[in-house]
Amino acid sequence: MPNAENTTAPTGLWARFNAMPLDSAPRTITVAVVLCLICSMIVSGAAVLLKPQQEINKTLDKKTNILKVAGLFEAGVDVEKAFGAFEPRLVDVATGKFSDAADAATYDQRAAAKDPVLSVALDNDPASIKRQAKLASVYLLRDDAGKIERIILPVHGYGLWSTLYGFIALNADGNEVYGLRFYSHGETPGLGAEVDNPKWMAQWPGKLVYGDNGSVDIGVGKSAPAGIDGSKHHIDAIAGATLTSRGVDNLVKFWMGEQGFKTFLDNLKKGEA
Amino acid sequence: MAGKDLSMLKDPMVDNNPITLQVLGICSALAVTSSLKVALVMAIAVTLVTAFSNFFISLLRNQIPSSIRIIVQMVIIASLVILVDQVLKAYLYEISKTLSVFVGLIITNCIVMGRAEAYAMKNPPIPSFLDGIGNGLGYSLILLLVGVVRELLGSGSLFGVQILETVNNGGWYVPNGLLLLPPSAFFVIGLLIWGFRTWKPAQVEKRDYKIMETEGAH
Repeated sequence: MPNAENTTAPTGLWARFNAMPLDSAPRTITVAVVLCLICSMIVSGAAVLLKPQQEINKTLDKKTNILKVAGLFEAGVDVEKAFGAFEPRLVDVATGKFSDAADAATYDQRAAAKDPVLSVALDNDPASIKRQAKLASVYLLRDDAGKIERIILPVHGYGLWSTLYGFIALNADGNEVYGLRFYSHGETPGLGAEVDNPKWMAQWPGKLVYGDNGSVDIGVGKSAPAGIDGSKHHIDAIAGATLTSRGVDNLVKFWMGEQGFKTFLDNLKKGEA
Repeated sequence: MAGKDLSMLKDPMVDNNPITLQVLGICSALAVTSSLKVALVMAIAVTLVTAFSNFFISLLRNQIPSSIRIIVQMVIIASLVILVDQVLKAYLYEISKTLSVFVGLIITNCIVMGRAEAYAMKNPPIPSFLDGIGNGLGYSLILLLVGVVRELLGSGSLFGVQILETVNNGGWYVPNGLLLLPPSAFFVIGLLIWGFRTWKPAQVEKRDYKIMETEGAH
């Protein structure tokens, strides 16, 4: 199709550009560069503009997941209001005691884990998280008498493709699992992403984290290792998602162990947290 | 003109349906049809992306050097898909989690690219836009049909509303779990294509070859 500009003599940048053959190298490169610039501006503009709304959704989703793992979620419930039942606290992971070093309501553990001042690099790192925040956000659910009913602990670790972020809810004894669920991960849909499958998650409630001698006996795998009572501690791995299952196994063992919340849970039991 | 516009929208629904006749965009049709709600969002997303990518590509068609035209089309389509993804994450978070990778994979949906290359590169913006809407609707129609069959028989519900009371909830209906798995969409789409071609025999493809009668065959 001939362009109208082609009929007049080329003057100015636009006209000279238009006079170039469509497939000449300079014109091809110009078209490519200009198009990419415009598209990238539109895409980044949209990403920046929609970010606040997306953040609200993410926080809401996280709160919904905390409610779900604690068994307080019902369809149509006002998430913000229901979330008020929890007492958010910060725990110093190393000492296992409550900390008031930051505001528990606004503390962002994921951001803190990236901050060299607020986190420690891990040498022994089975969950592949590289850095661990010194403070962890835990959520306590108390009954009417003010006694702790459930403890919700944040856990995360590497699966196959991505870091899985989730919560594990423990009953007041700090041993029996009430539930586990992940609110953010990038595992393969249909395989690793089956960690979200209600049937798989239903295996967790009632399992015990610690054995009689205090060792972390809970585990995800094909079968319970020798010497461990499967009916109390074993969770069946997900078929077709060996590496994701192994990741979940590692991260649960890590966060329930000495480097994670074991000290805190022990303190809590003794009433010294 | 108005009649032509209308036929441009109607044509891809039955006579030139992108899924049943052109057999494009099958993979996403398998993945997102296990529930109607997700299928509907996906259908809207694909329709919008096809329409607008057709529109912009047609607008630029005289400036696109043929040596890089596929890449140019991809850049435009990819930008639109990211836009859709971002909007979904901002306003329909739950659904965007279910759709997850499939929104990103609209980029590879052959319908979008196919219409850009076959129609938008040669026609003015407005007809291209309509062509995109029409093909998007044709895709949507099949997606929703498959979605209805799969959700109704697979979980006894439509749009999440229980229609057939399942045995688990004390009803009579035993849900067919196969219909929730992707392969079942193959069967449903296959049956749809069969149905369409029985209804409109003109859609039956000519054989590429014919088995020869060999001499002396017993």
